[in-house]
Amino acid sequence: MDKQITISFSRRWFLKGTSALTALALIPRSVKAFFGDIRDQVFSRKQTIPITININKKEYAVVADSRTTLLDLLRENLHLTGTKKGCDHGQCGACTVHIDGQRMLSCLTLAAMLPGKNVTTIEGLADGDELHPMQEAFLECDGFQCGYCTPGQIMSAVACVNEGHTNSVEEIKEFMSGNLCRCAAYNGITEAIQKVAKQ
Amino acid sequence: MKPFQYIKATDTATALFSAKKQKSHYVAGGTNQVDLMKDNINYPDTLIDITTAISKDITATDKGIIIGAMVRNSTIANDKTVKDNYPLLAKAILAGATPQIRNMASTGGNLLQRTRCPYFFDTALPCNKRKPGSGCSAIKGDNRMAAIIGTSAECIAVHPSDMCIALAALDATVQVTTKDGSKQSILFKDFHRLPGTTPNLDNNLPENALITGIKIPVNNFYKNFSYLKLRDRDSYAFALISVAAALDMNDETIKDARLASGGVAHKPWRWYEAEAFLKGKKATQANFAQAASIATKGTKGFEHNAFKIPMLKAAIEVALTNCITV
Repeated sequence: MDKQITISFSRRWFLKGTSALTALALIPRSVKAFFGDIRDQVFSRKQTIPITININKKEYAVVADSRTTLLDLLRENLHLTGTKKGCDHGQCGACTVHIDGQRMLSCLTLAAMLPGKNVTTIEGLADGDELHPMQEAFLECDGFQCGYCTPGQIMSAVACVNEGHTNSVEEIKEFMSGNLCRCAAYNGITEAIQKVAKQ
Repeated sequence: MKPFQYIKATDTATALFSAKKQKSHYVAGGTNQVDLMKDNINYPDTLIDITTAISKDITATDKGIIIGAMVRNSTIANDKTVKDNYPLLAKAILAGATPQIRNMASTGGNLLQRTRCPYFFDTALPCNKRKPGSGCSAIKGDNRMAAIIGTSAECIAVHPSDMCIALAALDATVQVTTKDGSKQSILFKDFHRLPGTTPNLDNNLPENALITGIKIPVNNFYKNFSYLKLRDRDSYAFALISVAAALDMNDETIKDARLASGGVAHKPWRWYEAEAFLKGKKATQANFAQAASIATKGTKGFEHNAFKIPMLKAAIEVALTNCITV
């Protein structure tokens, strides 16, 4: 008798136990999926993507949010803080970098779109301890005051000379109009560009 | 910026297929799309990178020139064939934006750029273009940059492009691949829309269709042309008024004329009546003044932008004069 009770108890316990375990295993999953579905309806899921990118002749492999702009990738992920964030809307030029040799705005460029491209930032301009001629010229001509727009100005100025838009002060000003300087060091900047263009 | 799934399309078929997903947007140069996404005006769930899916080539034939939709604005402006045979286009492009932006911006994207009306960008205020039915804040608000022709009670915004003004003047055609893969050509004059009761629609591009290129027919407007842009500062500002003018001259007589303006309407605006008046006339100041009067007769200003009407009249006269003197 005693033995039989033990057996039936064990059997009932086994059934209850296994059903409970199954339920426990299932419920959280369905609850999680349920809230997951709701979350997807309300918030889009973040996408992180692997990005390989060549910056200043060095390969970087990073995993970043798909929303990351080149500017944020440089400053926040890679700690290359020479490139500055001014307006973040393509209106001031402080974030100007070269992509495949062309001056572009890193704030309006999604990093995800850049694999296979070569990016040059202000950090990649000097040759070791030797400054780029444009950097030297900015120092000599007082092409800045506070210095915040200067990395963008210099990157744009280097491209301006490469493009050959340095035939007159007017032409330089027209082709440097994408870089604002709140300290208004424009005359020094123009002078620096003229100096490098003559070299 | 709202999170999104990033897809890189390597051909038009993949791009069009990916665009079937809910709330998908294309991105090319990014100069307008990324900016609008940062401001939560565009918030796609899927962003399709089409930089390697559409043409980057400029092809010249004896009938005209085809510019791939992915050709960057600066590439067009520096292209020898464009400079020689379609210099008005190069001139208009160089009047817009900055070297950095022109290096990024695509041809297709230039056509699709949204207005710069301040209320379109301010998500706290009503704007029929951004949120249909919410009202137009510009009609009784800051409308200094607003349109003076072709407006509606729902919207008085202007199209911000310079390149499109030249394309309108040169009778370009927009080449399009629709979502089912069929190809269409849309005349430039029919591409952009007036606001009417649906200012949220900027153009007649079919849903999810891709612009693949722009075709400009061969013309004789490469000798006598001018692009005049009047704005708040010398460079890097949107037009208060811009005028693209081109004359096909036979000695002193105007064989054919093209006249288009930016900063005046919801779409690149052609002054057809003034063009018709100039045809067969002598290129004189009096005729240019008469053409400008004809052009401006249907214009209507709002509280802060009525100054644009005399400004436009003078700009047309100067632009036409520049065609034969500069």
